[in-house]
Amino acid sequence: MVSDFAAVAVFLIVGVGFVLFTLLLSKIFRPSDPNPIKQSTYECGEEPFGPSWIQFNVRFYIFALMFVIFDVEAIFLFPWAIAYQSLGLFAFVEMLIFISILLFGLAYAWKKGLLKWY
Amino acid sequence: MDTFSLAFFVLAFLIVASAIFVVSSKNIFHSAIFLILALSGVAGLFVMLHAYFLAAAQVLIYVGAISVLMIFAVMLTSRIADKEIRHTNEQVGIGLLISGGLLAVILYSLYNTPFTISDQPIAEGAGMTLGRLLLTKFVLPFEVVSVLLLAALIGAIIIARRDTKTGDSVPPRPIPLPKSLQQAKGESES
Amino acid sequence: MLELGGIVEAVGEMISSVMGSLGFGSGMITLMQLLTAALAVISFAAVLTLFLVWMERKVSARFQMRVGPYRVGWQGTIQTVADAVKLLQKEDITPVNVDRAIYFWAPVVTFVAAVAVYVTMPFGEGLIVRDLNIGILYIIAITTFTVIGLLMAGWSSNNKYSLLGGFRSAAQVVSYEVPLAIAILGVVMLTETLSMLEIVHQQSKFYQWHVWRQPLGFIVFWIAGTAEVNRTPFDLPEADSELVAGFVTEYSGMKFAMFFLAEFVNMFTLSAVATTLYFGGWNGPLLPSWAWFMIKAMAGVFVLMWFRWTYPRLRVDQLMGFAWKFLLPLAFLNLILTGLGIHFF
Repeated sequence: MVSDFAAVAVFLIVGVGFVLFTLLLSKIFRPSDPNPIKQSTYECGEEPFGPSWIQFNVRFYIFALMFVIFDVEAIFLFPWAIAYQSLGLFAFVEMLIFISILLFGLAYAWKKGLLKWY
Repeated sequence: MDTFSLAFFVLAFLIVASAIFVVSSKNIFHSAIFLILALSGVAGLFVMLHAYFLAAAQVLIYVGAISVLMIFAVMLTSRIADKEIRHTNEQVGIGLLISGGLLAVILYSLYNTPFTISDQPIAEGAGMTLGRLLLTKFVLPFEVVSVLLLAALIGAIIIARRDTKTGDSVPPRPIPLPKSLQQAKGESES
Repeated sequence: MLELGGIVEAVGEMISSVMGSLGFGSGMITLMQLLTAALAVISFAAVLTLFLVWMERKVSARFQMRVGPYRVGWQGTIQTVADAVKLLQKEDITPVNVDRAIYFWAPVVTFVAAVAVYVTMPFGEGLIVRDLNIGILYIIAITTFTVIGLLMAGWSSNNKYSLLGGFRSAAQVVSYEVPLAIAILGVVMLTETLSMLEIVHQQSKFYQWHVWRQPLGFIVFWIAGTAEVNRTPFDLPEADSELVAGFVTEYSGMKFAMFFLAEFVNMFTLSAVATTLYFGGWNGPLLPSWAWFMIKAMAGVFVLMWFRWTYPRLRVDQLMGFAWKFLLPLAFLNLILTGLGIHFF
């Protein structure tokens, strides 16, 4: 079974190789005539204005944090889902508790206006 | 050396090398990218230990979620993206001492632990056994996890609310005018 | 008859007998077989993209009562080949201000993440590279690397549009990943397995298709998936009226082509996963299995293209609100209903 994952490794390596090969191939055919105007940062024809690496709004971080929490939850639910049919009603009740605790969190975030992208 | 050990050493080298880059890179975004590489390598190690489910969880949570969170956090802090950020550790000496000591302890315990090798076959069924155990033997930790996640969520809400009340608590940095415009401004003032 | 599985097996046998007679060990033979498979899948992905781009243009044209590409080849069939050749010759402009290393690797990560999914995709009977036992979870996991590619491209370009596009895209993709994963959980509950091959085997009859037992789950999956692959109405990261071209703004030539390729491959992946999970995979009467798989997957791709000319683009606040306030509760509802359904029916 570990050997199955060798396929993944081979795919990753061949994928990288394919991209590098294509880029190299196009290097043979393509012209290269750089000049300062061409290589300047694109900003709809205007001169670039200020730095691009600016400070972002906190909401990106909030959504990422929410994602981390619910992603962990989803991962925990996967083994539960596989074993569900063989475990009976008890599993259902347990999962209901698990989900409702997190849904409470979601509802709280909703009420506090966190799910709003303003 | 067989293929298995070769794969292990390649992975180990990848992890250690990228971990070194994480702490030594001057650019914090580069550090984040190398951290992702290191974490993916750890997922590879999980695969080699037949822990396929854990490997997938590692990729999903650490590569997919935690690293995105960190990159967003990088963007949240002002100025951190600047290239001239100071990155030198002023406590190199004491740091070396402590980490060296820790390494010695780890190596000592590694060499002196009598590792017993189990003759049990490795369970290949991904998830099934894990799911059964989570819902029978380890049901309490399983439920406690949801409380932990809830606590994390509420914590996030509290942190965020402080910022959202006043809009952005940190005022945005003023954007310097480009040279051509600055000149024009000066001329009009004079 | 006409089954490709046999041919694939024969090629594998041939490699093993030729290399065996040359005195290579079994490890090398497996490696060679895997290399061949990987090359075959990547070539398939490339040809598929050429076809999908043509299809996209044809379908768009028909929706707008135009004819679309017409001149190059019959009905413009080799138009995209010409476009690919053109892209190959295009100058690769790298702006001076970019973060060079990351700028270079971003398309690589995006493309590899898109292609690596096909390790465990059951294209037809015997047409699966490796049936990983974490199948569907592997697919969800490996596609998260796409987010990293987006962030790398957005950051490294040192362009405001790229940065905003890349980061918005990442926020969107991660938001929709949660309902997507939870919708898939419904199928996993029914199948008791993660293996893609096993999921296909369990739907051998028409009435066994999971879509009949998971209609709500499928709808959540499909909407979230459309957002995952950045298709209209969720194509905000590339909203040309506000963000130029989003994270690909500063990319040109072959690097741009790689993003383009990954985008179309991802679109097909979504459709192929939906086919496998909900529409019986390659099961079907008369036609060979791979043909059924392609027909179903292409129908899904057509629906995605149909969406593009039917729904207007969402606003960014609507987009995020939709994921968290509507799709996520709906996904949980599906999970609970599935749980009840298994016990009481």
